[in-house]
Amino acid sequence: MRFVYLSFSLFITVALIWALNTRWSTGSSKTPRLGYFLSPQQGFWQNAESVSADFNQEIKSPELKGKVDVYVDGRMVPHVFAENDFDAYFVQGFLHAKFRLWQMEFQTHAAAGRISEVIGKVGLDNDRFFRRLGMVYGAEQAMAATDMDTAMKLSVNAYAAGVNAYIRSLQPEQIPFEYKLLDYQPESWTPLKTYLFLMYMAYDLSGADANMDLQMTNAKNYFGWDNFKQLYPNLQDSLDPIIPRGTAYSKAALIPKTPSDAPDRYYSRNDTSVQKASAYNPVSMPTPDPGNGSNNWAVSGTKTKSKAPILCNDPHLALNLPSLWFEMQISTPSHNTYGASFPGAPAVVIGFNDSIAWGVTNAGRDVMDLYNVRFKDELKKEYLMNGNWILAEQRQEVIQVRDGANLSEVVPITQYGPVLYDKDFNKPDARGLTLAVKWTANTANAGIKAFYLLNRAKNYNDYLAAIRNWTCPGQNFVFASKTGDIAIRQQGSFVARWKHQGDFVMPGTDSVYQWQGMIPMEENPAIKNPVRGFVSSANQKVTDSTYPYYLGAAHHFPLYRGIAVNKKLSALENITPDDMMKMQTNNYNVFAEMARPVLMKYIDKNGLTPSEKKFLALLETWNLKGDPQEKGATIFRCIWDSLEVAVWGDELAGSKLNLPNPDSYTLLERMLRGTADFMADDITTKGKTETIQDDVMTAYRKACKALEVMEQNGTLEWAKSKDTYIRHLLRIPALSRLHLPIGGGEDMINATKSNHGPGWRMVVHLTAETEAYCVYSGGQSGNPGSVYFDTFVNAWAEGTYYKALFLKKETATSNDQVKWRITFANN
Amino acid sequence: MKFLVSVLLTAYLGYAIGVYTHLPWWSFAITSLLIALAIRQTMFSSFIAGFLGMFLLWFVLALIKDSANQHILSQRVATLFPLGGSSMLLILITGLVGGLVSGFAALTGYQFSKSAKAILSINLE
Repeated sequence: MRFVYLSFSLFITVALIWALNTRWSTGSSKTPRLGYFLSPQQGFWQNAESVSADFNQEIKSPELKGKVDVYVDGRMVPHVFAENDFDAYFVQGFLHAKFRLWQMEFQTHAAAGRISEVIGKVGLDNDRFFRRLGMVYGAEQAMAATDMDTAMKLSVNAYAAGVNAYIRSLQPEQIPFEYKLLDYQPESWTPLKTYLFLMYMAYDLSGADANMDLQMTNAKNYFGWDNFKQLYPNLQDSLDPIIPRGTAYSKAALIPKTPSDAPDRYYSRNDTSVQKASAYNPVSMPTPDPGNGSNNWAVSGTKTKSKAPILCNDPHLALNLPSLWFEMQISTPSHNTYGASFPGAPAVVIGFNDSIAWGVTNAGRDVMDLYNVRFKDELKKEYLMNGNWILAEQRQEVIQVRDGANLSEVVPITQYGPVLYDKDFNKPDARGLTLAVKWTANTANAGIKAFYLLNRAKNYNDYLAAIRNWTCPGQNFVFASKTGDIAIRQQGSFVARWKHQGDFVMPGTDSVYQWQGMIPMEENPAIKNPVRGFVSSANQKVTDSTYPYYLGAAHHFPLYRGIAVNKKLSALENITPDDMMKMQTNNYNVFAEMARPVLMKYIDKNGLTPSEKKFLALLETWNLKGDPQEKGATIFRCIWDSLEVAVWGDELAGSKLNLPNPDSYTLLERMLRGTADFMADDITTKGKTETIQDDVMTAYRKACKALEVMEQNGTLEWAKSKDTYIRHLLRIPALSRLHLPIGGGEDMINATKSNHGPGWRMVVHLTAETEAYCVYSGGQSGNPGSVYFDTFVNAWAEGTYYKALFLKKETATSNDQVKWRITFANN
Repeated sequence: MKFLVSVLLTAYLGYAIGVYTHLPWWSFAITSLLIALAIRQTMFSSFIAGFLGMFLLWFVLALIKDSANQHILSQRVATLFPLGGSSMLLILITGLVGGLVSGFAALTGYQFSKSAKAILSINLE
């Protein structure tokens, strides 16, 4: 009997431990091992950092060449003083890892198509997509090209060594919270991961055409070339380009030749047979947010109160926690730089040094094309080119799947690039075609050197020499120096395209459709010290139509933020940093300014219900700002959105494939020109031909019904209807910041949308003693258990800034803003 | 007295073995079992002493971490799980998990000692 009791209690004990040591499935995710996760000595409690934690530390590492002092200020911004590059980037890697290790690894796992190793088979579509896009291949190419440069190789390797020194110093209980939640371990960092991270940024800023080119092709085939050109025009009447109109351009050095059969075979061919969705299992793949963009500008001393230039930059990307950005100062005897860095890469990405300041916005140029290739057979070893069969390189991809079998597939690499879509990996929009992707990010790209050199640039010529290295994604580099120069240049490796080349999926069996060459870098649009006293960019088209190269389809370029920025800058005089901060957080909607009068013109006030009259009155008296409490902003958005549905929705609904919505400016500019009756007819009503006026009334009535519901729910105020949130990378609401009271939105300088916006804001006043202000939508620590996890979020939402502490080595020890000191030495 | 010693020793050894974080989180089950084997008590007292020792240890350790952290992380985790964001509930559950495993381990220890005695007495006969 005793043995029965013994066996019973032993069984209960073992079963209990087993149950608490097992990850249980809950829907698509799994619980942590509860016993481990809750254990105060090992689990998440160890990540509950004391709010008064002491960050003073002495670190010994034999890899270091000298001594490094890191002064950490009260906002947890480290100021690194090293004796040489190696030590500086070693310590940067160490600090990035100390504060952001999980994020660094997770993001580079995603870029490398390795997320299934962590989250299981739900990550497979993501992983296959990124591998087929050539992310790893591209990172390897970039690393090989950059390694040729000794200084760069040293920096990236030093960074990796620093990350690894930190990882090695970790006790099991000290690993970041998310590892414990998902139950896995950090692995070693490699230099390749830095390039993977940069490939991810390239994808995020120039990868939309992996999807858009498909949709545009389908739209062209569905509507026919003539209607397509009306719906997705390349003309933007109200464009205020980055390089002012009237600037003269030299003749193109390279004039690409349009293939003689292009009209029939390529763009104007109405292939109506393709309206069938493909029969293959659709995969769901990531796609970059179409709002990815930024503002930057610099004003010269002629327009500022102090007579010194001011440079501003606010990049608009997905709003995540931990933030994409990490603020820091890096100083060696050869340079002293402050700004926003990327956890995952050495150096400062957007910032300033003792002599200059710089910032970036996305150029939006088309640098990714899809080619329809024909393979000889299912083996996909030989493809047709000019009538000959050519061997494709075969790249073996093995995806490890957590709690599942490995997925192994061969991705053929053609002379365009890897095969992204084929019968094994497809979605309805790709219609079962075999499509290879050609992308400038996949070609040897040593762009990281641009940042390395910008960190050290002393003047305009240094800036030019630095950014020459930048190839992909195309960026508008804005510049200002203490000597009084301001400049902007669209930099990247851009294809010299014939008109419409790459707007759609291109024939891949004939070399005449290949890229014929790249635009010589000297011909990239640029301007220095213009008479108007400022340079700016907001992702709009870089030039007017006098620039001798085709810039790509207009849907790549938002129109209205650029107008808003230039209008403001033209009007301002005696500018102070405070004016610039007010401008970055400005919620004035230029699009609404243009659209409201035409809407009002078509709204027939007779016969409106009392509530319809009430909303109309609110719209009429609205101050055109997307401020948090404005109801007019919500009313306008609602009416405009339903107008687009009323005008285009019926035609778009006829397609079985996803078609892109025509851009808002297309409809607005038609209304302004008085040609908006085009496709205004509701094709679902027989025997009646609607005009734009009918559509406006239909849209208005429909919008008012939605607005009534919102009013009842108390969400009519703009901030409430927009509902901005900053989401944890794992998309867990409990680790995110929700319902932020912040204004702004599309077509406003403060481009804060629901989960997207100006995460980093920076204003640099280039006076003798640099005066800089910055803020970002996160906190320095990536640990959800740290008080520094979301420190800056409230200030960011309120539109306030912190004055950056640009520390001097001599006075660092006595500076009262310095709270902690971390020293690194090799013995 | 025996009971109090058992509780304290369970907590003490549970903490001591927990310092070695390379070992599995449930290593204290071994120490709790050994204590119940070494200190003879009734079945009920053995279980409760094992339970209380680790319950108190984990409860107090979590409480200390949580108050120094001003509930930042516990509120997030208690929202994630979901426990309505209650830090105290999460701390109680933490204690309960440690306590239950330890209690049953102690019970097993008690049964071992009884069985060993049974074997011994059979052999003596």
